[in-house]
Order: sequence, then structure tokens, then C-alpha cells
Amino acid sequence: MTTTAPAAPPRPARAARAALPPALRRARRRSAGLGLLAWLVGIVFFLPVAWMVLTSLHAETDAAANPPAVAASLTLDGYRTFFGSDGGPSPWPALLNSLMASLFSTLLVLALALPAAYALSIRRVKRWTDVLFFFLSTKMLPVVAGLLPVYLFARNTGLLDNIWLLVLLYTSMNLPIAVWMLQSFLADIPVSIVEAAQIDGARLTTVLARVIAPIAGPGIAATSLICFIFSWNEMLFARVLTGVTAETAPVFLTRFITSQGLFLAQVCAASVVISLPVLAAGFAAQDKLVQGLSLGAVK
Amino acid sequence: MSAPAAVRAPRPAPHTGRPAPRRPGRGARAWATRAPLLPALVFLIAVTQLPFAATLVISLFDWNSLRPDDRSFTGLDNYGEVASDASLRESVVTTAVLTAAVVLVSVVLGLLIALLLDRSFPGRGVVRTLLIAPFLLVPVAAALLWKHALYNPEYGLFNGALTWVAELFGDDTPPQPDWVSDMPLIAVEAALIWQWTPFMMLILLAGLQSRPTELVEAARLDGASGFQIFRYLTLPHLRRYLELGVLLGSVYIVQNFDAVFTITSGGLGTANLPYSIYQTFYQAHEYGLASAAGVLVVIGSIVIAIFALRVVSSLFREEVSRA
Repeated sequence: MTTTAPAAPPRPARAARAALPPALRRARRRSAGLGLLAWLVGIVFFLPVAWMVLTSLHAETDAAANPPAVAASLTLDGYRTFFGSDGGPSPWPALLNSLMASLFSTLLVLALALPAAYALSIRRVKRWTDVLFFFLSTKMLPVVAGLLPVYLFARNTGLLDNIWLLVLLYTSMNLPIAVWMLQSFLADIPVSIVEAAQIDGARLTTVLARVIAPIAGPGIAATSLICFIFSWNEMLFARVLTGVTAETAPVFLTRFITSQGLFLAQVCAASVVISLPVLAAGFAAQDKLVQGLSLGAVK
Repeated sequence: MSAPAAVRAPRPAPHTGRPAPRRPGRGARAWATRAPLLPALVFLIAVTQLPFAATLVISLFDWNSLRPDDRSFTGLDNYGEVASDASLRESVVTTAVLTAAVVLVSVVLGLLIALLLDRSFPGRGVVRTLLIAPFLLVPVAAALLWKHALYNPEYGLFNGALTWVAELFGDDTPPQPDWVSDMPLIAVEAALIWQWTPFMMLILLAGLQSRPTELVEAARLDGASGFQIFRYLTLPHLRRYLELGVLLGSVYIVQNFDAVFTITSGGLGTANLPYSIYQTFYQAHEYGLASAAGVLVVIGSIVIAIFALRVVSSLFREEVSRA
């Protein structure tokens, strides 16, 4: 500031300029040090992930080396073994099952949550906040407590080992989160636009599809990605309720729990492949991730 | 006045311009407003509330599926058995220790990292992305990574690094601890802390960035030190975000199954309640007993949930009044 002032800078400013440099230099150095520390912490947290990717690209003998063979040559053998090149079970059915369960439950969540969020934000029902908090309270109850009745129900109706049962359960698991998130996105839409469409005679479905969806698009996309992640990750229901045909990817991973000789590269390859969709979805929804994880409480 | 005191939700703010229910006497109009809500509500009640009701009923029966003809009503006997069963009692303690350790450590770490990331420095976006990555691994995959690639006593990275460091100092007999057997609960906790710290960091960073900057500027101009600003401005503002992180973390980690199942398979004193319930019903086929334990977990969760809902409600009220 003082440099741009043309003539006769006031005395206090000059005095300040004389006094500043050491303090400023100290502050700069401290700031650079903290930036460096942040980088260090980031790298430490990322290290296990990097190690997983690197190990997945090593030969089994290099992966099992001690001390670690960091610079060993790279190969895709771990991935080939994982995909069943040496006669092991193929992970494709499990990956497809996970994809189906996650995709269809996310679609069902949207079909149920969008109208509900509409009734809680745009054309509000009476006591809408009580309804919102009822949705949230169901998310707080532990899944494991309802597991046995669901299992007995599935056994008696022949739904055991059926992917559609998981679709229904994952829908109920994600519905509260989706209602909360969508509610907060829809509440940002100006009511006048919606009313104008309704005066022109548009039905609720048309209003949702033509007016609301385009405006709330990014929010709806983030909500879908978060529901997808939670469904893809789920293991307890899938473990208890599926067996051979409806096995999902996390259940497929559980066969690597007990050590089986030289298999580290294969385990890492499996973990990378199965985490990849979640990593992609998570980074795509990064900005809205907090909002979804905090059930809409933090914007 | 009719709302339950525990989770008094805010009233709709009148100035937001939302249409209030017109003509309250007209039932048809009110049902038309309610209709979009009903499918979600009915679905959720059917899929989440009915099983809990069934659990409550089953918990009153002596029912082992291996002896299906022996099913009989026993009242509260199962609860007495849960209370006197040493391994189930132990799993209550394990659940509490595991949850408290993971939540507290990851909140403190998350706060420190959030403070580091709240300032601008070159590559801040990249560091944020690096930090989120652990949270975006499939939980079973993350647990497998820690169990095999890091903890394994023969080829895990931890012992590999110890060998490497020892070789640098010319030591041929480096310590090679068997991490999971030597410290089973800490091993599970460390893996969970690694996954949950990013979650806490994200919530607290959002809290830091919603802090009114004028206030901090004013305090700085008045000569407040960095520590004073943190103690008297930042921390009070963050309080509710800290509470939210702690409570949501508790709700999720009390239920944790994947890490315990994968890293120790519930052995070596790491079986928490979800794992014990899973085992009681899935392997021991004690349906009545498992249900009674399940009901107890629900009661414990409701206590946490009431506090969690209060915090969410107060943050939510602020959002609504700001709108």
C-alpha cells in the first residue's frame, strides 16, 4: 500500500514498514512450515493407499519381501490372479451383483425420496420438521438389531440369496440420508418458479422432472453418488443374507481374510478393484460429501 | 407443545415464503399435500420398524433354531442370561472402549488437520484429496489392507520398515512384533482411526470455514494472539461441529462390524456387540438370546441418538432461520 502512495507517505506507515520485515519474514517462514506439515500429514495418511496400489502391481515374491522391495519391477499378475487366471473363482458375478444392488437401490431411493423431499421443502406438510427428524431417527438404530427378523423373513419367503432383497434393504438404509440431503437442496429453489409451473397446469411428476430436477441436478447427483457408495460398501446384510448367487463384492473380499501363502499382491489388487468405484464416486461428490455424511446437518 | 421434548424440532419459519397449508378444514387438500410423502414413509416403517418390533418379540422366547420344537415363552430370562453371560458382558466393554478410543482420537487428529487445512498454502486441494482417500476405501478392503499389507509379521510394511531402519544402523536382529496378536484391540482401533479421521476433518473443516471472518479480523486488529483467537472464538464456534462429529462417529462406530470381522474375526478379546450378536445368531443359532442383546444395543443407541438429534436439530434451526 505504501509503495503506491505517490507523495510523502505518512510517518506511521514508514515506521511500520521499517518494523515489519523481520516479523513478516518470521510469519512467512512459519506459514511455509505449516504448509509443509500439512503436506506431510496428507502423505502419511495416503501412504497405506499408495502402498496398496504399489503392492498390487508387484510379483507375489516381491510383495512378500522383507525389507520391502519398493523398486521391484511392475506386473499385472496380481490382477490376473484376482480375475481368476489360475482357476480361482471369478469376481465378475460378485461385482455385477454389487453394481445391481447399488444401482437399483439408488434409483429406488430417488423415486421415493424426491417426492418426499418435495413435500418437506416446496409444498410443505404440517409439522414437516417432525417428519424429517423421524426419518433421521431410523438411521440411528443399529442394523444388527433387526438382522435376525429380516433373515427369518427371507428364509420363509424364499428370498435368501436374492439380490432384490438387498436392493430393498439398501433402499431403507439410504432413504433417510437422501430425504435429508434432497430436502436441503430443494429448499433452495424459489417457490415462485414452482408455482408458475403449477398455474400453467403442470402435474407433480412434470414439475419434478422438468422444473425441479434441472435446478437441483447437482444436488441430486451428489445424493445418488453417496447412496451408491453406502450400498457398495455394505457387508453385514450381504454376508448374512446372500450365499452363492447373490454374493456381493465386499462378501467376495472376505475370502481373503485368512492368509493363503503368497497372496498379498492378489489381495491388494482385489482391494483396489473393489474400491475403485467408491473412490471415483467419492471424488466426484467431494464438495457435497460432508453434507451427505453429516446427514445434511453441515452445508 | 405436542412435539416430544427431547428433539423439539424448529417450527417452520413464517418468513421463508413457503405456502402454509391453506384452509386446514379441507381434508382432501391436506391429503394431496401429504401424498408424495407417503410412499417413503410407509416403506421406511415397513422395512426398518417392523424388524425391530419382531426382535423385541423374539427376545422374550427361548428359541434355538437347532431345537425348533423347543420354542417357548420365557419372559425376560434372555435378558438375565445376557447380563450373566461373561462373553457378552465383555463385548459390551469392548464396544465402549473401541468406540470411545476411535471417536476421541479421530476427532482430535481431525481437528488438528482441519486447522492445518484451514489456511491457504500451495497444493491445498491436493492434500485435501490425499486425506479423503482412506475414507473412500471399501471398509472390508481397508481392513484387509491393514491386516495383511501392514500388520503381517513376516511381510507387512510395518515390520518391513523396522527391518529397513535396523539395517541402516547395522542391526541384523530387528524387532518383528506380531501386531495383531500382541495388541489386537489397538490394531483394530488404529485401522478405524485411519479411516475415520478424514470424516472428522471434513466436518470440522466445514465448521471452520463457516466461521464469521469479520469477528476474527476484529480480534486480530485488537491484538489477540493466535491462541486467544482459537480459544475464545474458534473453539466456541466449533463446539457444535465437534459434538456432531463425536455423535455421528459414535453412531457409526458402535455398529462397526467389518473391521472386527476382518482383522481379528472377533478373537483375542476384540468381539464387540454387533460381532457377538452376529455370532450368537448365525453360528450358535440362539435366536432369543441374540434378540435380547440386540434390544440392549438399541437402547444404548437411543441414548446416543437423542443427543445426536438434539445437535442436528440446533444446527438445522440455525440454517432455517438464516434462510
